[in-house]
Amino acid sequence: MHSPRSGLSSTLLRRGIVLLPVAFLGVFFVYPLLQILVESLTSDGVSFAPFRDIFGEDFFLERIWFTLWQATASTALTLILGLPSAYIFARYDFPGKTLIKALTTVPFVLPTIVVAFGFLALIGPNGILPFNLTNSIWIILLAHVFYNYTIVVRTVSALWANVDPRTEEAARMLGAGPWQVFWRVTFPQIRPAVLAASMLVFLFTFTSFGVILILGGPEFATIEVTIYNLTARLFRLPLAAALSLVQLIFTFAFMVLYARFQERSAVPLSFLPRSAGARRPRGRREWALITANFAVVMVVVLAPLLALVERSFSSANGGYTLSHYGGLETGDAGRVFFISLSDSLKNSLWFAGTTMLLAVPIGTIIAFALARSHGRWRTLADGLFMLPLGASAITLAFGILITLDEPPINIRASWTVLVVAHTLIAYPFVVRSVLAVVRGIDAQLREAASMLGASPIRVFRYVDLPITWRAILVGATFAFAISLGEFGASLLLTRPEFSTLPVAIFRYIGQPGAERLGAALAMSTVLMAVSAVGFLLIERVRYRDVGEF
Amino acid sequence: MSLLEATGLTLRYDDALVLDDLSFQVDEGEVIALLGPSGCGKTSILRVLAGLEAAEAGQVRFDGALIDHVASHKRGFGFMFQEFALFPHLNVEQNLEFGLRMSGGAKHSRRERVAELLELVGLAGYNERQVHQLSGGERQRVALARSLAPSPKLLMLDEPMGALDRGLRDALLLELREILTSLGQTSIYVTHDQDEAFSLADRVLIMEAGHIRQSGTPESIFAQPADAFVARFIGLGNLIEAELNADATGTISARTEIGTFHLPADAATETTRGTATLLLGDERASLESTATAPERSGGNSFTATVLQRSFRGRRLTFRVETGAHEFLFDVDTRPEHQSLGTGDQVRVRLDPSYIRVLR
Repeated sequence: MHSPRSGLSSTLLRRGIVLLPVAFLGVFFVYPLLQILVESLTSDGVSFAPFRDIFGEDFFLERIWFTLWQATASTALTLILGLPSAYIFARYDFPGKTLIKALTTVPFVLPTIVVAFGFLALIGPNGILPFNLTNSIWIILLAHVFYNYTIVVRTVSALWANVDPRTEEAARMLGAGPWQVFWRVTFPQIRPAVLAASMLVFLFTFTSFGVILILGGPEFATIEVTIYNLTARLFRLPLAAALSLVQLIFTFAFMVLYARFQERSAVPLSFLPRSAGARRPRGRREWALITANFAVVMVVVLAPLLALVERSFSSANGGYTLSHYGGLETGDAGRVFFISLSDSLKNSLWFAGTTMLLAVPIGTIIAFALARSHGRWRTLADGLFMLPLGASAITLAFGILITLDEPPINIRASWTVLVVAHTLIAYPFVVRSVLAVVRGIDAQLREAASMLGASPIRVFRYVDLPITWRAILVGATFAFAISLGEFGASLLLTRPEFSTLPVAIFRYIGQPGAERLGAALAMSTVLMAVSAVGFLLIERVRYRDVGEF
Repeated sequence: MSLLEATGLTLRYDDALVLDDLSFQVDEGEVIALLGPSGCGKTSILRVLAGLEAAEAGQVRFDGALIDHVASHKRGFGFMFQEFALFPHLNVEQNLEFGLRMSGGAKHSRRERVAELLELVGLAGYNERQVHQLSGGERQRVALARSLAPSPKLLMLDEPMGALDRGLRDALLLELREILTSLGQTSIYVTHDQDEAFSLADRVLIMEAGHIRQSGTPESIFAQPADAFVARFIGLGNLIEAELNADATGTISARTEIGTFHLPADAATETTRGTATLLLGDERASLESTATAPERSGGNSFTATVLQRSFRGRRLTFRVETGAHEFLFDVDTRPEHQSLGTGDQVRVRLDPSYIRVLR
């Protein structure tokens, strides 16, 4: 159905506005990607040499294989822990539910580097727990579960809560046992959400960087880490470019799948009962289930964070001290590239603020444009606009690195290069937060406003905006938090004078000495505290549970 | 000249013809109902009139002026949606105020108007209520008040009772009728429910597959359905093919497979000869058992077998079969009727003044 006569000028205006994000993506995303392609093909005349190197050397094939299987294992482990929690959040009301659910948002606003150091503090050398899992696959998998548990719980429980319990009761009355009810009635209804969540978890762990760089040691390098090493340490740019392309092909395929599953799992706003099928648990078994779920959330989400705080205050002789924090501001004289806590905090906040100001309009415009698109272009457009989400921070930064260092656009030496990279990484989260709500707005509301005399612009002002502003605010907070914690792109693009907190923290462990680890833990704790503010904001303004993250 | 004149409206969704060269008028102050089965195009008419959708061909004139190129928000029409489409982010008062704000009304006059409308729909004092706190019936009233607030030149109501249960619907229908006539509000009411259409509208337009099959007052449609489709749609399903013949006095004899009926001259408006469809009205019809009643011949009756009998309080409904035909007769509860049961052979007597010839 096409709506006529809303005025030629407003249609032009709408198209014109959409051009802004398109232009931004064209210059800072598509153009660098094309440069990567050119770089990989023209290193030595026009040849496929870098690709031959990648598919001809065991080293690279092992990296690709490792990347795939660790992502698969992480996804499986996350599903095993996340699905029961999703069920409990969808079907039961119990004291503390809101609080526990709020806690599961924490990982999303926490910088990777904080999480990595949290796990070091928990199960690393000198960790709180008596075993050291550093340089093993387990610490990587655990950190990945920490991050992605929330995705599974949020995505799946939103749809699960919407499954009418009467369909399950009907199946029981027709003679299905509990297991058959789940497989034949419940699971088919929540499957889109399970698939969407799995796809996203897979995508995130496929391009995992910070966790692997810090916790993995040399033998566990993903494609992402290898691209970083090739670029920053070995300066083999054509090879890095070719590997980026290989990774990009994988991630784009995952993105398109994700977009498709996600759309199917979207729930119209008007049908979202706050807790339609939820009830108080009855009997000892159900209470035990809920307690166990609570314990899992505690262990998975809180333990590494508490360990981080505890370790940042403990001294080598077993007591508590503030000394790790003491050196953060003054530093030791003569250390190269030292940047004080206050300077890096200032940098971080400045970048985060600027990123937010860019990412929010870009993401919001894209969300509205996607919500209005129809037909077969819709999935494709959705996938294309979400591509930066899957393109990985290192690929984005690498493209910017080799593209924007010469005219027409030379911002390589400017602080804006970081803002551009952060915006590319952050805006998909704005899109995802806003899109779910915009799609949920009943088209009749806009028609009703129009019939009451509201022009298209006023329909946007008085209907769309008031309904979506919370989601936009959530998106803004995500953009802020993501920029604050962004690690990979910052590491590749940074210059000493605009080091952010995560980069400054990483610098500490680049140098030897136990007091360095202490300082890194202390600075991570500061970063965690700053990020917590973002988390509190999100929980304040979130519109029910709408939104994907 | 009529207030609203639609001529030749044609609309297609992906090749399917939804409106087929359709024309009609609405006079000032008139309440008309568009009645038809779902998918007949009645909602599409409203959307075209409202400017929410563009017709492929045809014109709409309002007050003499062409409005095809006027944007929906500038038409000054009101629209009440099936699911009400109340703004979830606004309370009752703000919902009602919305249209007044768009037209730039001053704060105090807006407040007065809101109070007046809440009074009108029986929800005085509901100003601060949130939309999600309202019951179905209350939502319906708020939606009505909201669409009336800017004093629309034409009010369109799209199945506004569809989301409500039967009892509530009957009560609200009377109130709605009262409100619309007291305001003299020109209105178009879309429904698939004949009770709603007949009890509410001054004039009913019966639609099928993008065409208007009949237009007229509820009484005239009931007294003389235009064709078999209309008759069936309004619940008059006792139809049978007949061969007509008029004699010199004007009396029409209609020969059918179940017997010959003799009708007064005014039973047919157009056709008095040839084949036609006969509507056997059950007003003043009676059934008697052939076992107890003496065999009396005579016109305007036929014998049949009772297939089903259902008790409806003040009425009894019999489903009877004769030859290949089945009919329903809704009759009074006189003892002769009460004693009849499934399988009984009966003689059905009809009052010829309720037998109609359809086109």
